[in-house]
Amino acid sequence: MNFWHFMVQNRSQVVELTAEHLWLVGASTVLAVLIGVPLGILITRYPRLNKPVLGSANIIQTIPSLALFGFLLPAPWIGERADRLAILALTLYALLPMIRNTYTGITGVDHAVVEAGRGMGMTDRQLLFQVELPLALSVIIAGIRVATVISVGLATIAAAIGAGGLGEFIFRGLAMVNNQVILAGAVPAALLAILADFGFGLLEKRLQPH
Amino acid sequence: MSSAPANVAAINFRQVSFRINGTHELLRELNLQVERGETLVLLGRSGSGKTTTLKLINRLLQPSDGEVRVDGRPTTDWDVIRLRRMIGYVIQDVGLFPHFTVERNIGLVPRIESWPAERTKQRVDELLLLVGLDSQIASRYPRELSGGQRQRVGVARALAADPPILLMDEPFGALDPITRAELQREFALLQERLHKTVVFVTHDMREALLLGSRIALLEAGSLVAVHTPEEFVQSKEPLVQAYMEAFQTGVQVSRRREVV
Repeated sequence: MNFWHFMVQNRSQVVELTAEHLWLVGASTVLAVLIGVPLGILITRYPRLNKPVLGSANIIQTIPSLALFGFLLPAPWIGERADRLAILALTLYALLPMIRNTYTGITGVDHAVVEAGRGMGMTDRQLLFQVELPLALSVIIAGIRVATVISVGLATIAAAIGAGGLGEFIFRGLAMVNNQVILAGAVPAALLAILADFGFGLLEKRLQPH
Repeated sequence: MSSAPANVAAINFRQVSFRINGTHELLRELNLQVERGETLVLLGRSGSGKTTTLKLINRLLQPSDGEVRVDGRPTTDWDVIRLRRMIGYVIQDVGLFPHFTVERNIGLVPRIESWPAERTKQRVDELLLLVGLDSQIASRYPRELSGGQRQRVGVARALAADPPILLMDEPFGALDPITRAELQREFALLQERLHKTVVFVTHDMREALLLGSRIALLEAGSLVAVHTPEEFVQSKEPLVQAYMEAFQTGVQVSRRREVV
């Protein structure tokens, strides 16, 4: 039985697992944006927080994913369901690119532009929302792009704790020593990553200020 | 916008010093008055403290010692947003917002001051005319403009809410000589009509003589002299003479070349 045969025969399961995968990646990316962008803004306002915040996000990145899933297991509410746990872990991994790109994007805005805005009496909030964030947007999108691609890959490991997603096929295939089954998980996952990369790449280009 | 009595100087520096990190002194015990409606030129070389002096007026910087009074009130007592909105600000790099059209750039202060949209639009049209720009330019982005056009937009933007005070930091410095001369001339004419209180930073002697009602010469963070252009040309002050010589050398050399 070849790979295509397997895909067609199990198409409803392929679709279901892909949907689960998208849920894990989508939910965690949205959360990472909601937490990471404000944190990135915060450290441009309070440079003293720069090192501790980026340092912590960096350390999280170095924790092996399986270990992180394990660490989070005892957490209340989160630990009750595998998909919650997986989403939290993926969110934590996505934080670093989000925080770092928001920070880099905002500090990279032309100094003359910010100074002119401030000199004309724009409030901090007006500067942030009308000048700094719009001009940093393409860099922030680049952060979302990296985070999404990484988490499409990482989410396959979530199957190890029973969170579902395309990793199910991969782990099942490994147990059965069956390459077709492994590929049924790996190929759609790779396609998702490529699609996400391409889509966000287009968006990034369109939002470039120059 | 200002309610201060007319006999109070528009801007007054009293014993103002400015230091970074508490040690490096950029400005030393500056005493200087800017009268209403005059164009005071701050002349000096790079690092003489011209821009620092300017930024002390709209409180982008705060004095380490002494005080800067605007309309008789120390800048530190002002609500900083109110203070800055009554002071137009033009800088050499222009600082136009690259993601805003010309219209939105010029209408920035009216918009953040919540003027009705119709009035803002009317004001933008008025200003485009005032600085000699075609109204068709309104929908363009800064990157689609020439250097001279961008500088005009910068001036229009600073004038948008009709501020009584205008700060200009080498506004024409990055332009080619012909465009620069053109903008200087037009600005002189504009100022004759508007009578703003203008503080103008430059290192260009010619520009200082052309635009200034008075010229304040700064050197290494200290004020050397304040003269009218006529006094300046005749001054015996060694540093002033050095400036005049450097300026005249250029003129003489070019004359000699003409003769040859």
